[in-house]
Amino acid sequence: MVYDNPDGVRIGLEVHVQLNKLNTKLFCGCSTDYHDDEPNTHVCPVCLGLPGSLPVINEKAVDFAMKIGLALNCEIVGQTQFHRKNYYYPDLPKGFQTTQYDYPIASRGKVIIEGEDGERVIGVTRAHMEEDPGRLQHIGSIEKSKGTFINYNRSGMTLIEIVSDPDMRSPKEARRYLDKLRSILDYLDVFNGDLEGAMRVDANVSVFGGDRVEVKNISSFKGAERALLYEIMRQKNHIRRGGKIVLETRHFDEARGVTISMRTKEEEHDYRYFPEPDLVPMRVADKVPDILKTLPELPDAKRERFNSQYGIADMHARALTIQIKVANFYEEVAAEVDPKDAAVWVADILKGELNYRDTDVDAFKVDDIVEIISLVKQDKITEQSGVQIIRTILDEGGKPQDIVVSKGLLKVEDDIVAKAVEEAITESPEAVADYLAGKEKSLNFIVGKVMQKTKGRADAREAREKVLAMINK
Amino acid sequence: MITKEKVEHIGWLARIEIDEKESDAYAEKLNSVLDYFGQLDEVDTDGVEPTYHVMDVVNVFRKDEVRESLPQEEVLANTEHRQEGNFKAPRIM
Repeated sequence: MVYDNPDGVRIGLEVHVQLNKLNTKLFCGCSTDYHDDEPNTHVCPVCLGLPGSLPVINEKAVDFAMKIGLALNCEIVGQTQFHRKNYYYPDLPKGFQTTQYDYPIASRGKVIIEGEDGERVIGVTRAHMEEDPGRLQHIGSIEKSKGTFINYNRSGMTLIEIVSDPDMRSPKEARRYLDKLRSILDYLDVFNGDLEGAMRVDANVSVFGGDRVEVKNISSFKGAERALLYEIMRQKNHIRRGGKIVLETRHFDEARGVTISMRTKEEEHDYRYFPEPDLVPMRVADKVPDILKTLPELPDAKRERFNSQYGIADMHARALTIQIKVANFYEEVAAEVDPKDAAVWVADILKGELNYRDTDVDAFKVDDIVEIISLVKQDKITEQSGVQIIRTILDEGGKPQDIVVSKGLLKVEDDIVAKAVEEAITESPEAVADYLAGKEKSLNFIVGKVMQKTKGRADAREAREKVLAMINK
Repeated sequence: MITKEKVEHIGWLARIEIDEKESDAYAEKLNSVLDYFGQLDEVDTDGVEPTYHVMDVVNVFRKDEVRESLPQEEVLANTEHRQEGNFKAPRIM
């Protein structure tokens, strides 16, 4: 199947990733751990832009940026430096943002996603380093706002802006790209994606080869998909009515699910970039071999290894390797039980229950799932009971063994006998035929087998009745 | 060529108010600066590495170690416009 992209949709994404796992900001020693703290308590003369203050680059931020670049299959630039991007806005205390311009630290990479018609390569134009602005908050509603609060705790946090080529052909592909990016970044352990504002998305979208429209203010991956769906529909309708799409920036209104023209003045794009005189250039190419050594096994490679090492279905290998936490969890389980059983229980059952409760694999213990799988495999409980135990642990807590007792989930003897009867009959086709032909004694052979299988725990008379009932069915 | 209008535009970008009389004077001065750069442009720089910084130094880094931030009171000391620990700016659209 080939996806022919009927509307000529082209989507490119700009993703800002906040490296909140660094201890300090990009150019000063202020702590990055501000999320639960009072406003303006993680700031200093540098990130407040006070006159006379001087920035110094956080070396680990550079290492992280290179790590990301290499994981996205980028080329790392030989020498680079920071530039000033000049514009006035209250979230930017210096009146310029320190960012990279003509020599981004990483460029020309690629990310492989599951596209509309199979695997698809999405180009990464560039990934560059820059500082995060402060945070603005309207006092009251946006229409009746009496002013704006400014909190500079976020000011100077390290951002990596990852710009893709316009290679995505549908909102779904855009979503898959974002999910894949998040997956890779999680593997690299450079950020905590659950913190507010850790990943922010701007989208560029065009249809039928027309001009592109930039959509800003997208706050979630789901939001990105919705914003794109709306914007594509809007552009198509506009063209159908004889309109023309012009280069512009639009604002996504999450609550209403629409994009609104921002009517920005042209001047705002007049950024007058120039090299940052307060920072000397960085020559980082020599670091590449050492950084490469710190790269973990990435999702695509892990998926391939899971396929070959554990002999599990590709569908399972993929589901298990999206999140590094789940992959690690699976490997611990697979070390204890049959890896194929482990795949079914972790990828299909446990993940489903976790998603349903909007929680992650941290909420479950490896030992517990191992015990549940073992109980099922030893035929002590049914699969359905196994699922029930998972649900109980997630909702009420407890240990599998106790839940088995308290909910009376042990298979009753009847089930075991019934199973033995079934097996004895399938294993003795001749005896069954003989019995049906009139040799009543053949029945004893089958009942004997049942007794053997249940290690004598079955009642012989009952077993005989069960065998008869099943043969005559 | 820098015109009067261009000077006003640059002034607006820098949030500097420039009156009529001044803008003519600025235009003249900025044009002479540009003329000078025009002369520099004539120099053959083929094979010369661009200079991004006046000092021949690269890779000045610091370790990722936390240093104490300023107390909130000191951060806000230079403004009267504050509320609940925040700087307070006029309404922004």
